[in-house]
Amino acid sequence: MRIIVSNSSPVPIYEQIKKAIMDQIMNDELKENEPLPSIRALARDIKISVMTIKKAYDELESEGYIKVVQGKGTFVSPKNPDLALENAQKEIEKHLEEALNIASRYDISKEDLKELIDILGGEA
Amino acid sequence: MDAINVKDLVKEYRNFTLGNLNVTIPSGYIVGLIGENGAGKTTFIKCLLEIIKPTKGTIKLLGQDIKDAKEDIGVVLDDMFFPEILQVKDISAVMKGIYQKWDEELFFKYLKDFNLDPNKIIKTLSKGMHKKLEIATALAHHPKLLILDEPTEGLDPVVRSEVLDIFLNFIQDEEHSVLLSTHITSDLEHIADCIIFIADGKILMEKDRDELLDNYGILKVNVDEIDKIAKEDIIACLKHRYDYEILVSEKDKISKKYPNYIVDKITLEELMVLMIKGERQC
Repeated sequence: MRIIVSNSSPVPIYEQIKKAIMDQIMNDELKENEPLPSIRALARDIKISVMTIKKAYDELESEGYIKVVQGKGTFVSPKNPDLALENAQKEIEKHLEEALNIASRYDISKEDLKELIDILGGEA
Repeated sequence: MDAINVKDLVKEYRNFTLGNLNVTIPSGYIVGLIGENGAGKTTFIKCLLEIIKPTKGTIKLLGQDIKDAKEDIGVVLDDMFFPEILQVKDISAVMKGIYQKWDEELFFKYLKDFNLDPNKIIKTLSKGMHKKLEIATALAHHPKLLILDEPTEGLDPVVRSEVLDIFLNFIQDEEHSVLLSTHITSDLEHIADCIIFIADGKILMEKDRDELLDNYGILKVNVDEIDKIAKEDIIACLKHRYDYEILVSEKDKISKKYPNYIVDKITLEELMVLMIKGERQC
């Protein structure tokens, strides 16, 4: 497993950890049923508080990426393609929202924005 | 089981009162105690250990009274005393008589890890070396709870990072917990699960690390634009020559609300300064 945490990033540390694990599940670097380090071991190894790691694991579990087996440990859940799509959409939404904010600040119309997307996508 | 459970603790002095404090620290975590000099951190820790008798209140450590829990508690205090004429290695013989579970081998392992010469006379130790000896002593009887007043004071960054590693290793056992006070708040920023902020004898804030550092931020505004910031968004603020530094919560929301201003991540140190020195309104 690969995890690098940036202290200067505005992204909360638990989200960085969550995303690192999510990405590796999605691109098959972490495979179904592969064990993840325990919360405490990971906390020690990357020098991050136990609660921060717990928060990341809790969200990964509730979103269906990993499962906790009592007394055995934490494992990668079977991959769910719908979940991947949903997350991609969420991420795109976030970026588009940011773009819309910038646009409204400079009075750039939605049409202009759409055009920009077409240009960037190479369709114009 | 709770590692520390404090109910209605009050300690009254002629010109200072600690409390009323209620603190519950669950087992398995590292809790950082921060605050100015004289805020009451050391008084609180000494009350926990019954070195100072509280005016009122009840204290349970590991579910027991302190006198029954002593064997399971490791302590570093600000004014720790070791007989100065002894050699470092002699501490082991002294402690063997105090703690049933004293582990000589472990003690000498820590001395080695810390580069402490067992034959050195205690009087000749530097401040940092003395601190390391205190930490080795606190750990060598297999405690379940560490109560540490300024354990990293006087240590250089390299040793500090080693000590913090030791704490993270210590809580690999879910029944183990650490309470430490410190001025070096950067030590806590990553490893502490929860922060207790004491000011003027009272708890000003008690929050999970993430809740604190991911939620709060500093909004920076030019002095002539301060009226653009809604009063209800200001928790505390400091005026400088060119700008205001404003403590805000829900920093993501705030940076959306004021897109033309900078909202910075906050450090514990900045949070402390703003909460103590800042005005409640600009």
